[in-house]
Amino acid sequence: MDVFLQTLVAGILKGGLYALIGIGMTLIMGVMGIINLAHGQLMMLAMYVTYILNTMGVDPYFSLFVAMPLLFLLGVAIQKFLLNPLIKADTILPENQVLMTVGIGMVLTEVVRFIFSSDYKYITTTYSNQTFFLGNISFSMALVIAFWIAIAFTVAMFFFLVKTDLGRSIRATAQDKDAATLMGVNTGRITVITFGLGSGLVAAAGCLLAPVYYIFPDLGGPFTAKAFIITILGGLGSTVGAIFGGVTLGLAESMGATYFGMEYEDIIGLTIFVLVLLFLPGGFKRLTKI
Amino acid sequence: MKKSLTPLVFVALLAGLPLIMKDNYYLHLMILFLMWVVIGSAWNLIAGYTGQVSFGDAAFFGCGAYTAGLLATHLGVSTWWGLALGGFTAIAVGLPFGWICFRMRGAYFALATLALNEVLRHGATIAEDFTGGMVGILIMPSFMSKIPYYYIALALAVASLASLQWVVRSKPGYYFVSIREDQDAAESLGVNTHLYKMLSLAYAAFWTGMAGALYMNYMGFIDPNVVFSLHDISIMAILVGIVGGVGTVYGPAVGAFVMVAVQELFRSGFFGLFKWLGAVSGSASLVKVAEVLTQAHVLGFGLLVVVVILVLPNGIVGDWPKIRKRVFRLDAGA
Amino acid sequence: MAYFQIDKLVKYFGGLAAVDGVSFEVGQGEIFGLIGPNGSGKTTTFNMISGYHRPTSGRVLFQGREIHQLPTHKICHLGIGRTFQVVKPLGRMTVLDNVIAAAYSRTSSHHKAKEEALKVIDFCGLMPVKDVLAKALPIAGRKRLEITRAMATRPELLLLDETAAGLNPSELVEAIDLIRKIRANGTTIVIIEHIMHVIMTISDRIHAINFGQTIAEGTPSEVAANQAVIEAYLGTDYA
Repeated sequence: MDVFLQTLVAGILKGGLYALIGIGMTLIMGVMGIINLAHGQLMMLAMYVTYILNTMGVDPYFSLFVAMPLLFLLGVAIQKFLLNPLIKADTILPENQVLMTVGIGMVLTEVVRFIFSSDYKYITTTYSNQTFFLGNISFSMALVIAFWIAIAFTVAMFFFLVKTDLGRSIRATAQDKDAATLMGVNTGRITVITFGLGSGLVAAAGCLLAPVYYIFPDLGGPFTAKAFIITILGGLGSTVGAIFGGVTLGLAESMGATYFGMEYEDIIGLTIFVLVLLFLPGGFKRLTKI
Repeated sequence: MKKSLTPLVFVALLAGLPLIMKDNYYLHLMILFLMWVVIGSAWNLIAGYTGQVSFGDAAFFGCGAYTAGLLATHLGVSTWWGLALGGFTAIAVGLPFGWICFRMRGAYFALATLALNEVLRHGATIAEDFTGGMVGILIMPSFMSKIPYYYIALALAVASLASLQWVVRSKPGYYFVSIREDQDAAESLGVNTHLYKMLSLAYAAFWTGMAGALYMNYMGFIDPNVVFSLHDISIMAILVGIVGGVGTVYGPAVGAFVMVAVQELFRSGFFGLFKWLGAVSGSASLVKVAEVLTQAHVLGFGLLVVVVILVLPNGIVGDWPKIRKRVFRLDAGA
Repeated sequence: MAYFQIDKLVKYFGGLAAVDGVSFEVGQGEIFGLIGPNGSGKTTTFNMISGYHRPTSGRVLFQGREIHQLPTHKICHLGIGRTFQVVKPLGRMTVLDNVIAAAYSRTSSHHKAKEEALKVIDFCGLMPVKDVLAKALPIAGRKRLEITRAMATRPELLLLDETAAGLNPSELVEAIDLIRKIRANGTTIVIIEHIMHVIMTISDRIHAINFGQTIAEGTPSEVAANQAVIEAYLGTDYA
């Protein structure tokens, strides 16, 4: 029973972080219809930024204030210079925008590898290995902090989209770009901002993950995959869905690792992905009405 | 008339090549080139002609390669049987693959193929008893010389291009393009779009599987990360297609040539140029650059994807008028 | 047994009934008009007939046979062709190739398909542009291409969805002529149209719907004089 509860806790905590990764992507996908296969790589960049700052004595949680704006700007640049031009291109090449993000992801990974080499890097902080106990269940301090910060961001995102003008402009652009333009929304600027926002959010996830994970150039790929699974599970554009999706994936991985074995972790995620695509195409969003 | 003779001339030239070029290094590159012609053309049918962009062609390549390899390790039969059977096992895997993925359109389809590619890769790694897992499969090559492999690769490449040429001009060819242009309109014109999408996938799976089987026979060693590789096989196939030109018969052939050259450019550090420069000038940093370049082929691929999509989205063959115009302008100015 | 009939067709999207119990019968060789204000459910009805949507309830019968469960391509093979309200040209193919693709529905030989395609292109008056890329055609050409393509599948029943929208007066005259020519050639036609002039002139009978329900059926003059129809289009002040 304890093992089960422990696995449950680990899964939910991880899930909070995953939700933060997923929100960035679900925003970009749901709002703009852009599939960003470089999402994980953006997070990887943020983790390296955190690492660099850490060698200079900056705590990872403060790196949030540096990495997020940095990645926001990078996201804006990517959208403006590399993705926007593709919308108008007349080409037989299908899905050129997806391919472009694949290329961007590859470039980011390799440039980082060039600068930092493929060695695994670690950040250790006072709380990295700290745990506290509730009964027989251990809670990783770092993961708990990450969980709550992630939830905070998610809630903030939700209110941002619903209550602020900018947020509403983003949702309007998502629903009908032309109608939004006619109503005075500068949709070109909105798409650029949204990509930046998505990048900033995944950067936050990276900073929060850095104290408890190892950092290496190739981690982009698996995390992009996780971001997808979460987005598809939760339904495009749904912040609440991202939470459900994140926690579900976290739990599934946790259970899989405990009861089947570590090497099954990735394949569980992929299998869920395929199953959801097959049987629940709208994601959790379909089941609720949010 | 002139148009249809050029390919034949090329084939004749290629057939005669080993007589003039004895260097094994270049023969190896040519064999790789021919293999990529097959894979790139197969991807071209499903992506360029039918409009279904697959990110998972490594799945078919790996199937063909493992068919050949497993025949040897489990049945003690020559891996050459893989050439006969590899295409069909790839189709057998491709059909459920397609059935799952075609329920989605556009980018979701692309993602699903990527996911399935990865599932197969992980599966092959985990199923150690069956596939040998990470240890892979190692066989004794049948021929010492590269020449027989060259001619087999050439035959495969010619056969795949000839069949593509035939398909494109036939009823399925029209149906594939109509699906790409407007799937709903195609349905209203009596096209069973589901069936034809599966057919195009089966075609792609068959030829890619054959290429995989050839690879097993030629290289003598495979493991899941090599043959089910996302970057080195699936994305390379896409690059061959888009650099050369999707939706054209010979585009991928051009693309294959360029991509193999680029890949080799990086692997050898610009054909040893930087190393030589470093040795000549005594500059250590130039030598370092050479070293870095050998590892940087993925970076090169990434940059190439970005540049090609921005500048030459229809590939060299597709955007040839655009290229000619630019070159003309330069000429006129000078 | 009617040549073609729809029987109490209903289609719900979420909680909204786009089509709510529409029935009508069409005789062979008729030109049957379907009118109604925007959003009244006309195109949804066509989509159910041609298999793009499954009806929530109700039936579609063609020559006595139920077809509403069949996939779209089978319905085409049974002899029902359609055009789309928002035209769907196969953009990067020439006009000729567009029609050849359609002609392949009745033959597997390239030679025969091309022959048939050229015949139909000639019949529909697109010969001058047969080698032009479909996406380069102006709207009138694209609308005509829709019809030509559908005709190449040798339909016995042709569903025309707003083929006249966006055409100037002389193009309208040509469109009307073509439709009459198609009927004279033996094809039954059901036509959705907004432009009153067109539909009143060519239809034998008209069926009017609003909010997914039938409001009138009869000859053009009967329907034009009908209170409910006038109300639906012009508002209660004019009734």
